[in-house]
Amino acid sequence: MKARVHVMLKDGVLDPQGEAVRHALGHLGFSGVEGVRQGKVIELDLAATDAAAAEVEVKAMCEKLLANTVIEKYTVEIA
Amino acid sequence: MKAAVITFPGSNCDRDLADAFAKAGAEVVRVWHKDTEIPAGTDVVGVPGGFSFGDYLRCGAIASRSPIGQAVVDFAAKGGHVIGICNGFQVLTEMGLLPGALMRNASLKFVCRPQKLAVATTNSIFTEGYAAGAEVTYPIAHHDGNYVIDAEGLKRLEGEDRVAFRYIDNPNGSTADIAGVLSENRRVLGLMPHPERVVEETQGGTDGAALFRALSGMLAQA
Repeated sequence: MKARVHVMLKDGVLDPQGEAVRHALGHLGFSGVEGVRQGKVIELDLAATDAAAAEVEVKAMCEKLLANTVIEKYTVEIA
Repeated sequence: MKAAVITFPGSNCDRDLADAFAKAGAEVVRVWHKDTEIPAGTDVVGVPGGFSFGDYLRCGAIASRSPIGQAVVDFAAKGGHVIGICNGFQVLTEMGLLPGALMRNASLKFVCRPQKLAVATTNSIFTEGYAAGAEVTYPIAHHDGNYVIDAEGLKRLEGEDRVAFRYIDNPNGSTADIAGVLSENRRVLGLMPHPERVVEETQGGTDGAALFRALSGMLAQA
């Protein structure tokens, strides 16, 4: 079973890297980009076979390590 | 005073920190990240600067969950003194011992230079050795020193006089020019600038010596 975790900065937390990417896109002529937020995707291969239990466990992983919930939010997809 | 200095893979200021403690008269023990306890009789734990675990995932994230990490959390919970410098500050916020987080510098540039700071409170064992409002210069060297805290957290920090140092001419975009903060019990300090790099003349300055002297003196009396 695979899990995919998306970690993004919370709304309202300034993202200097996303802002730099937005500027760079502007320099390349992509003038319509009004905002860029950069996050990360973490893929996990799990031995679990029960999707609901896996989701609970991956959420615990997010809380304990994968995301810093002071500044980041996360979503979990199980496939 | 007995100081325990932790080394993670990628720490690079651990020896400087150990030297600064030793110069202030401390007995220094070095602790490896795989150790599971802080040596008996330790008065203060030093979490050094560097790039623990290559800054993988987030700066300080892996170190904060290493075997010694839990021991540091327990040590602080029992009222122990902890100082985290640069990457050590990032580790302490990741442990939840200090509020807020350190993000990429607003300039996106690594900044490495002597930095003027204002001592924002003298009400801590770490900053007692300075005059109120004193201006000091400590070196900074970091890519992720942009201190972020929400409005409510900031209000609380300021209301409780827990900002230890503020930047003069903010180098990294930190909220309210914050360079260092104290825990609620005032026994845990995290700061991005490096006091251990200015404890003797050969380092180009001695502004950091008062921090280690005060810590050593206070803990020796205890």
